[in-house]
Amino acid sequence: MKIAILNGRVIDPASNFDQAAGVFIDEGCIAAIGRAPEQFRADTTLDAAGLAIAPGLVDLCARLREPGHEGALKVEMKAALAGGVTSVVCPPDTDPPLDEPGLVRMLRQRSRESAGARTYPLGALTAGLKGEALAALKTLAEAGCVAFMQTRSLPHDNSVLLQAMRYAKTFELPIWLRPVEDTLAGRGVAGAGAMASRLGLPAVPVVAETVALHTIFELQRATGAQVHICRLSSSEGIALVRQAKREGRPVTADVGIHHVHLVDVDIGYFDPNFRLDPPLRGTRDRDAIVAGLADGTIDIICSDHSPIGEDDKLLPFGEAEPGATALETLLPLTLKWASENKVPLPQALARITSGPAGILSKGSAKGRLTVGAKADLVVFSALESWVVGADTLVSSGKNTPFNGYELQGRVRYTLVGGEVRYQAD
Amino acid sequence: MSSHSANPQLNSEGELHHLLSIDGLPRGVIERILSTADSFINVAEREVKNVPLLRGKSVFNLFFENSTRTRTTFEIAARRLSADVFNLDIVRSSAAKGESLLDTINNLTAMQADAFVVRHATSGAPYLIARHTSRHAPHIHVINAGDGQHAHPTQGLLDAYTIRHYKKDFSNLTVAIVGDILHSRVARSDIHALTTLGVPEVRAVGPLTLLPTGLEQMGVRVCTKLDDGVRGADVIIMLRLQSERMRGTLLPSAAEYFANYGLTAKRLALAKPDAIVMHPGPMNRGVEIDSHVADGTASVILTQVTFGIAVRMAVLSIVSSSASMQ
Repeated sequence: MKIAILNGRVIDPASNFDQAAGVFIDEGCIAAIGRAPEQFRADTTLDAAGLAIAPGLVDLCARLREPGHEGALKVEMKAALAGGVTSVVCPPDTDPPLDEPGLVRMLRQRSRESAGARTYPLGALTAGLKGEALAALKTLAEAGCVAFMQTRSLPHDNSVLLQAMRYAKTFELPIWLRPVEDTLAGRGVAGAGAMASRLGLPAVPVVAETVALHTIFELQRATGAQVHICRLSSSEGIALVRQAKREGRPVTADVGIHHVHLVDVDIGYFDPNFRLDPPLRGTRDRDAIVAGLADGTIDIICSDHSPIGEDDKLLPFGEAEPGATALETLLPLTLKWASENKVPLPQALARITSGPAGILSKGSAKGRLTVGAKADLVVFSALESWVVGADTLVSSGKNTPFNGYELQGRVRYTLVGGEVRYQAD
Repeated sequence: MSSHSANPQLNSEGELHHLLSIDGLPRGVIERILSTADSFINVAEREVKNVPLLRGKSVFNLFFENSTRTRTTFEIAARRLSADVFNLDIVRSSAAKGESLLDTINNLTAMQADAFVVRHATSGAPYLIARHTSRHAPHIHVINAGDGQHAHPTQGLLDAYTIRHYKKDFSNLTVAIVGDILHSRVARSDIHALTTLGVPEVRAVGPLTLLPTGLEQMGVRVCTKLDDGVRGADVIIMLRLQSERMRGTLLPSAAEYFANYGLTAKRLALAKPDAIVMHPGPMNRGVEIDSHVADGTASVILTQVTFGIAVRMAVLSIVSSSASMQ
């Protein structure tokens, strides 16, 4: 199958390539960029006039709801493709958690059968994610886990984290951590501050994040483990990561796309769609996130996609399940961040393509448009707008703070391995 | 963002359709409630205490959290307005069977309810209900009778009513609110009512463990010492300290709390000579307030209860006269 994508603006963020060019695909790989190879006869030609051609999005956190919800993965995979996402990292907070090789193999199998995006499971760092005993990290890695995560918060017991880092270091397996100290976070549902106080919502103080980061850095210093920090939320936390990076600490960090845009006052009158984890914080924190993205303290943006049904969302704010559906809004909301902060398009796209790909595996061709690389790519209009809503979202989750908003950035085609797997109506 | 919803308490005419919080209520709406309550004070003194304003209407008291006092005063208020009142003790019924909050609401809506008086342990629950009924049964009124740590608007209104009764004018007052501000929905509603009505100095008094962050942004002055808090005050509102908070990480003991934050006659003497002492009840004598003060001449605690009925009648009658939400 040979595909030619013509007349588009080709953007390869990693090489800062940004030119009008054609992309020519053969046998699932990119055969040429610019001019067609000799004797290339396309079976399919896609007209990308007025559109951008970029690497498919690499999302470091998207919940496909399997295991736990039979048949859910297929729908979420369609949502991924509709959002231009060609690689998804699945966190282990499934039901049951991904702490058994059999579950991991099943997830990968289902993903392949779905003909959606490529799937990269994260294994549970501890058995049942309970934060007590180590999961079989090496066996899970052999089953296909790309890294190991403790979701929600650090293990309650610091010695568990210390040993987990030592053990992971033994096999050079990366650890992904949410910087949340559980005893300080308590049962908080909103970021500590005037808004939480006004609404009478139990609050998560900033120290829950900073104490966790200090713990992570100290234990990393002692063990040499490879650590990725997931979902920073506070100005103080970002300052600690900035300082750690300055000291040369090998650490990477991400932020969820909603936290780039939203603040606690957006909760308004207890709108459960704004119940997120980590909770939204103040304007100062949001500004620090934007500044952290600008100076590279925060390496990348992820969707933190959490499709949640109405039964679990239509509850009083503090009882509603936290999270938002976001696979389909990751690209438009990244473009919104770029346009509001005058970030050039290639640099913005790097945060959702080559950047996350580099965290998954250094030096890989994933998240890049280069000759010889697998043809995972997205063709989109950066200007076309659409209204976010239950009728436009493909995901089973309609839970988004941007419900009813008109966003710019619409995917036209998504290709995985040189196959057109999504095409807009 | 934050443009996504208008004040959910008001209908498109700007009338009070639900009472969910005092936060965000225009001053005129609060003043109208207080002046309407004036007219109901007299009703209680008549031989026939009922007026026919809500005749034929069904008011459902939905108490997802236990409360005798608030429920009773709402019941009396609704009955004096000639409404049919139904008390649902949901703690022991449907919620225990796993029925969701909105399913419960749908069922009661089908029973031709006209108003829900809601008490719930989770902050914001009445908003969820109001949003739901405004969409599916727009004639229904929701009155918040206390949600989590968020609001207890009728208590805030009756406190304002009591203060106005004794002090006449809000514009030169100093009001001290003392105790567990962190967990208190009464404190929040009092603060919003008093700052909206123009009280120039509202003080929040308590140890740092019981003061929420960012409190100053609600327009209050924070005091950590009781003497500083009550000095020169016209009104002192003592908050109830829940027994589960008396010992633990927030406070070491009830005795130490009383020694530092209990209102005694000696401390009351620091306030203005004509200062009044209030308490939303039920009181813990010897924990937040000394019995001599609770029963003393400055105490208006029982008057608050009486006024509470008139204020709740005012709220019920005002929301019932508003147009449908759509």
